[in-house]
Amino acid sequence: MEKHLKVSAIKDGTVIDHIPTKALFKVIKILKLEECSQMVTFGNNLDSKAMGTKAIIKIANRFFADEEVNKIALVAPHAKLNIIRDYKVIEKKVVETPKEIRGIVHCFNPKCITNSENITTSFEILSDKPIAMKCFYCEKITNENEMIFF
Amino acid sequence: MNPKSLISITDFTKEEYLKIMRLAEDFEANPNQKLLQGKVIATLFFEPSTRTRLSFETAINRLGGKIIGFSDSSSSSVSKGETLHDTIKMVSNYADMIIMRHPLEGSARYASEVSSVPVINAGDGANQHPSQTLLDMYSIIKTQGSLDNINLFMVGDLKYGRTVHSLLMALLQFENPIFNFIAPPELAMPNEYKILLASKGIRYFEHTEFTDIINAADIIYMTRVQKERFIDPVEYEKVKNVYILRNEMLKNTKENMRILHPLPRINEIHTDVDSNPKAYYFTQAKNGVYTRMAIIAHLLNLK
Repeated sequence: MEKHLKVSAIKDGTVIDHIPTKALFKVIKILKLEECSQMVTFGNNLDSKAMGTKAIIKIANRFFADEEVNKIALVAPHAKLNIIRDYKVIEKKVVETPKEIRGIVHCFNPKCITNSENITTSFEILSDKPIAMKCFYCEKITNENEMIFF
Repeated sequence: MNPKSLISITDFTKEEYLKIMRLAEDFEANPNQKLLQGKVIATLFFEPSTRTRLSFETAINRLGGKIIGFSDSSSSSVSKGETLHDTIKMVSNYADMIIMRHPLEGSARYASEVSSVPVINAGDGANQHPSQTLLDMYSIIKTQGSLDNINLFMVGDLKYGRTVHSLLMALLQFENPIFNFIAPPELAMPNEYKILLASKGIRYFEHTEFTDIINAADIIYMTRVQKERFIDPVEYEKVKNVYILRNEMLKNTKENMRILHPLPRINEIHTDVDSNPKAYYFTQAKNGVYTRMAIIAHLLNLK
């Protein structure tokens, strides 16, 4: 049977697989893919044995530094990266939750100074599953279900 | 590199705590040391706190420094919409140190990043008020001779009270503390602190009854149960008179036991306790001046 790709293959670039369907557009935002001039294709609500459904993103001619891609661990902790060269997977990576997160997420505390002045938020990650992170400024803990992305 | 500031109690090491204690003792013995001669200290109170401001300003005056600042943001450029960033940038060009009170949490940490001079956090919302904790520690060491082996009873609002959380964190640096928490379930010590204590193998006990269990205490740290903390006013009415310390409850307490309170008190310590030699809260407030002199001298490397 002919193998049919639901999202077309790329020659060179990065494939981000196993993204939770709800997190697809957050991942696009975190990686600033809306500003990317290369071909970006994505699929959502694809069948997944492990997850039921999943999303996938393919970015042509883009390769990410670990610290850049690890930012998506907040929303897609099980995401897997395939690095593609000449249609072949030459490297596989998993995302790792960083120890610190700058920007990306608002502090949930409405009385935190970062919500009233123009300050880049900064958090120490206390636990990764589920996410709990401590604001460097107000010292309050933002939990996974309280995360609001910029 | 920003100069050394005091924003959270955990910014200081155990050695620094002990240095502050030694300096405070020295300032208490010789309160008029003109170490700040020729220096200008800014006290920026974006919300009023008369007690804390007067304590800091007394400390600065005793050290011979000059004070600039404001006691309420309505009399500052903040009322014209100036950002905290710009206020701090400007004032750090004028003064040798900034002492700041602000209603927003994290404001002091941010100020310390922006400022070119040391910042002392004199309270950032419900977050931190480290000079209060250091004066509490000075009161403990003065009355107990040590910060080790203290059986500390904390009473009242242990959920929102920042003073009890900071004091707990500071005492973790010392040997063999025992914590007893007396509070209504609505205002119990948050789990994160209990988990921390358990992980370090430190003994703690929780109580809802305020009874003769206090006979084991070295320090009873009283706090205010504040009405605005309760969602249901009926719940407040139920507990508001439960955690009141009265003189008759002290008769079998230890000789060395002392009662602390960050003040102001409402009714949680009956006035009949005031004349008991174990009542220490007014002296504790006085200790605040010496402790703040010590913090200023330490951060400016004057001692």
